[in-house]
Amino acid sequence: MKSLSKLGFVYTIIAIILFFLCWTSCQTEPYKQGRKLYELHCQNCHQKDGNALMALIPPLAGSDYLIEHQEDLPCNIRHGMKHPIIVNGMPYEGEMPANKILTETQIANVINYINNAWGNKGPYVSYEDVLERLEKCKK
Amino acid sequence: MKKILICISLILIYFACAEPEKPLIPLGNVDYVERTENGQTLIDTVYHTVPDFSFLNQDGKTITQADFENKVYVSDFFFTHCPTICPTVKAQMLRIYNTYKGDDRFLMVSHTIDPVRDSVAVLKKYATKLQIETDKWYLLTGNKAELYETAHQHFVPAAEDKDAPGGFTHGGHIVLVDTKKRVRTYCDGTDPKDVDRLIKDIKRLMNEEFK
Repeated sequence: MKSLSKLGFVYTIIAIILFFLCWTSCQTEPYKQGRKLYELHCQNCHQKDGNALMALIPPLAGSDYLIEHQEDLPCNIRHGMKHPIIVNGMPYEGEMPANKILTETQIANVINYINNAWGNKGPYVSYEDVLERLEKCKK
Repeated sequence: MKKILICISLILIYFACAEPEKPLIPLGNVDYVERTENGQTLIDTVYHTVPDFSFLNQDGKTITQADFENKVYVSDFFFTHCPTICPTVKAQMLRIYNTYKGDDRFLMVSHTIDPVRDSVAVLKKYATKLQIETDKWYLLTGNKAELYETAHQHFVPAAEDKDAPGGFTHGGHIVLVDTKKRVRTYCDGTDPKDVDRLIKDIKRLMNEEFK
């Protein structure tokens, strides 16, 4: 009887640990793949904190352009940008390179990460949204 | 007695494991040159130095080694159309700039490796957008071969490469040079922790050079 209760205690501890591990892994990072893709394909220019580089490269953190141009983001990511834009009142005219190797799913993951990182509160974007928005820039 | 021994060994282990600050020994080949003075043969240690150069800065002014007299400086190599590591290195260079821009003994210099596109006017625009002062941070352009040679003299790889993104391949190093034009240390300009270390090394070098 005594050994049984001891065993029960061990199981309870393991259950608590497992629950804690699952809970933290679900809670802390909803867009993990998006973050990894961001680090690989975007961070060199837009930087880890999303603040980019002075007046040379536009910020993503707290960017009005990002929120107002959700419809254009998939095309901007896939084909890059050549036209000047205004972000938070500042003009930016540098060229953004294309990211042809990102799939539609990956583009959705990156946008969802950017939309929610650094205090941003952008909408959720689905794979279908990305497919639809990419129709505009099909060549 | 036993307790004392344990204490001593713990202290020893601590000092053995604590990372000591590495001395900033000049990098590169070392020559030993004999000379005679008052009938005595002396041996001088000669370190690698960055040879003189002549480039134009973002204001179109000619910059040579003379402009670095009595200055400690950091140097990097980039190009304005660089789609890869350059913005990250520039963001880290900005941290160094903001730490030491008030210090007259310190200068910063970034050389383009794409002088065909990066004219004085292009560099001027870049500097304005980076919001840096010309007399604190030179952006240099000039003869392509001389720029590449200067990179190599700073031990930074730089080359044209059609297959590389943007058409050039180069290292993201930030190199620290002393008042005698000797390369004293460098860091990986894409690694903020390594840049933290360089920021400390700059201060150490200035303390050593301007006693």
